[in-house]
Amino acid sequence: MPINMIVCCKQVPDPEAPPASFKVAGDKMTVPPDVKPVVSPYDENAVEAALRIKDTIGGKITVISLGNNLTRDVIKKPLSVGGDELILLEDAAFEEGDSWATANALAAAIKKVGEYDLILCGRQSADWNAGQVGLGIAEILGIPAVSVVRKVEVVDGKAKVERAVSDGYEVVEVELPALLTITSELGDLRYAALKGIMAAAKKQPIVWKPADIGLEPSQVGAAGRCVKLAKLFQPVRETKCEIIEADTPAEAGANLAAKLREAKIL
Amino acid sequence: MAENKGILVFGEIAEGEFPSITTELLGCGRKLADELKEDLSCLLASDAVGDLSKAAIAFGADKVYTVEDSTLKRYEADCYMQVADQVIGQVSPRVILLGNTPMGADLAPRLAFRLRVGLSTDCLELSIDPGTKQLMQTSSVYGGNAQAIFTAEALPQIATIRVKAMSPIERDESRKGEVIPAKVSLDMSKVKTKVVETIKEEVAGVKLEDAPAIVCGGRGCGGPEPYDSTLKELAAVLKGAVGASRPPCDNGWVPEAMHIGLTGKIVAPDIYFAIAISGASQHMSGCSGSKTIIAINKDPEANIFKQAHFGVVGKFEDVVPALTTKLKELLAG
Ligand SMILES: Cc1cc2nc3c(=O)[nH]c(=O)nc-3n(C[C@H](O)[C@H](O)[C@H](O)COP(=O)(O)OP(=O)(O)OC[C@H]3O[C@@H](n4cnc5c(N)ncnc54)[C@H](O)[C@@H]3O)c2cc1C
Ligand SMILES: Nc1ncnc2c1ncn2[C@@H]1O[C@H](COP(=O)(O)O)[C@@H](O)[C@H]1O
Repeated sequence: MPINMIVCCKQVPDPEAPPASFKVAGDKMTVPPDVKPVVSPYDENAVEAALRIKDTIGGKITVISLGNNLTRDVIKKPLSVGGDELILLEDAAFEEGDSWATANALAAAIKKVGEYDLILCGRQSADWNAGQVGLGIAEILGIPAVSVVRKVEVVDGKAKVERAVSDGYEVVEVELPALLTITSELGDLRYAALKGIMAAAKKQPIVWKPADIGLEPSQVGAAGRCVKLAKLFQPVRETKCEIIEADTPAEAGANLAAKLREAKIL
Repeated sequence: MAENKGILVFGEIAEGEFPSITTELLGCGRKLADELKEDLSCLLASDAVGDLSKAAIAFGADKVYTVEDSTLKRYEADCYMQVADQVIGQVSPRVILLGNTPMGADLAPRLAFRLRVGLSTDCLELSIDPGTKQLMQTSSVYGGNAQAIFTAEALPQIATIRVKAMSPIERDESRKGEVIPAKVSLDMSKVKTKVVETIKEEVAGVKLEDAPAIVCGGRGCGGPEPYDSTLKELAAVLKGAVGASRPPCDNGWVPEAMHIGLTGKIVAPDIYFAIAISGASQHMSGCSGSKTIIAINKDPEANIFKQAHFGVVGKFEDVVPALTTKLKELLAG
C-alpha cells in the first residue's frame, strides 16, 4: 500500500568545503561566496530512503525546509530526483532558531500537512550538528522514533529498520506513523535525470509564514529559542608537521620509521 | 515540583560493566557538583545493576538510583524514557548529563523536548557560571570547524558529553554514598518500537577504542583490499587496530564499526596513522585527541598535513610497506 512520507531537508553551507573557509565573525559563521549552499548530506540520505520506499511500495514524498532566502536550485534538488511536493517555511522570523524552535515549527507544518505515515530526517545537520530536531519532532507529535537508521523497509503498516550502534546494528520494528533519522550508510542520493531537473524547475514550492502554521513570530526563530548562544569561536590548533623527505616514497617510509624510533614515539 | 538541585548523570552499562563514558560522566558530574556544592546522583537502569552501584560511588556519585527490570537489559527508547521521566520527577536535578553515545544521543533530545528545556549535544567542556549558577556548555559545531558555548535558563539543563572528552576521577572504594532503588512503573503499551535482533559487527583483534596505535585508512585506499593487507600489516607491527574514515564505511569496504570521526568512534591513541585521508574537520573531530598524528598522503596540499605531527608525501602503496618493514626491524632490534 502506498504511504505518505515527509522528509525534512535543511540548506547548509557545503560542510566539505576546506576547513580554512569557515570563519567566525562576531557570533556568526561565515563562508566565502565560492562555498555553495547544499542540502545537508544526511538529509539527502533521508530523501534517498524515501525514494527507495516509493520505488517498492509507492507513495507520496513531501519535502519541508525551514529557513530564509533559500536557494531555489539547491532546495529543489529532492524534487528533481522524485520528490512530489516542496513546502518552504520561509521568513525572516524563522532565522537563527535553535533545535527547539526549528522542531516546533516543522512539527506545526507537519500537522498542517496532516497525512503522514513516515517522517524522515537526517541524523544530524551539517552546520550545528545537534542531532535533536528529528527526535524533537517525534516527541512533539507523540509518535515513535528510531535514530541513526541505515536501512528501511515498510511492510504491513510497520517499518523494519536497521539502527546503527557502536558495535554493529539493531533490527528494530516500529509501528507507523513513525519518525526515522537517517545515516550515511543508507546510501547516497541518486543522481537527477535531466527530465527530473526540468520538471523540478517548473514546480513552484508552497511557502508558509509563521501565521500559516499557527505560530506567532515570537515563537519561531531567534525569538523562540530555548538555548542561548553565548559565544561562537574557533580554537587555534598549532601543530607543526615535520615532513619526512627522501629520494623515493619507499625511502621516506623507512626514514619515517627511523624518525619515530629516534623521537621515542615508538 | 521541588526545587531543582544537584547533578544527575545517566550511567551506561554494557555487558555488566561500565563503558568508559560512565566514569567520564561521573568525573565531569563530580566536578560540577563540587562547583555548585550540591550532590551528584547517578541513575543506573538495567536488568541487573549488581555491584555497579558501589562502583558508581567509588567513581564519585553521592547517590545512586537503581532501576532493575528485565525489559531494561538493553537500551530501548520507549522503556528508558519512562524510567528517565519518573526518576527525574523524583530527583528534580538542576543538571542532567548523558553520554553522546547511541543511548545518550537518542534519549537526551526526547527528554529535553518532553520537559521543554534546552539541550546541548556533544559537549567538549562543561562548567558552572559562578554568578548565575548556569551551566556553560561548550560543544563542537560546524563539523569541528568551530565551537559554541550555549546556556539555557529553564531547569533542568541537559547536556550530552563527547566520549573521551572528560576525565574520570580516581576510583576510591572508601567513598561514601547511598544506593536508592527507585520506584518506576513501566507501561508496556507505550512501547511502540521493538528490537527484534542485534547484530555485532565488531572487528576481530584489538578494540579500536582501546588500541594504543591506530592505522586509519581513507577513501584514497581505493577499495577494501589495503585494509586487509598493507594497513593490517602495519597495525600488527604496532599491536594496534585498523580504522577507517567515513567513505570506506559508506562504500561497504569495511564495517561501520571501524568508522572514526564526529559521527563514528572517538579515539585518542598514542599514535594515529592517517593514510590516504584528506583531514576533513568531521574526521579530525574523532582523532584529534591522539598524542602523535602521522599523515601519509600523495597530495602535499591535503589539510591533514596542517594537523599532523609527521608526514610523508607519497602514494601509500609505496610508503607504507617500506615503513612497516623498517619498523619491524627496528622494534625487533
Ligand atoms: C555532518 C557530517 C558528519 C561527518 N562525519 C564524519 C565522520 O565521523 N568521519 C569521517 O571520516 N568523515 C565524516 N564526514 C565526512 C567528511 O566531511 C569527509 O568527507 C571524509 O572524512 C573524507 O574522507 P577521506 O579523507 O577518506 O576522503 P577524501 O576527502 O576523498 O580524501 C582522500 C585522500 O586520499 C589521498 N589519496 C588518494 N590516493 C592516494 C594514494 N594512493 N596514496 C596516498 N594518498 C592518496 C588524496 O590526496 C586525498 O587527500 C562527515 C561529514 C558531514 C557533513
Ligand atoms: N531548518 C531545517 N529545515 C528542515 N529540516 C531541518 C532543519 N533543521 C533541522 N532539520 C532536520 O533535522 C535533522 C537534524 O537536525 P539537527 O538537530 O540540527 O542536527 C536534519 O538532518 C534535518 O532533517
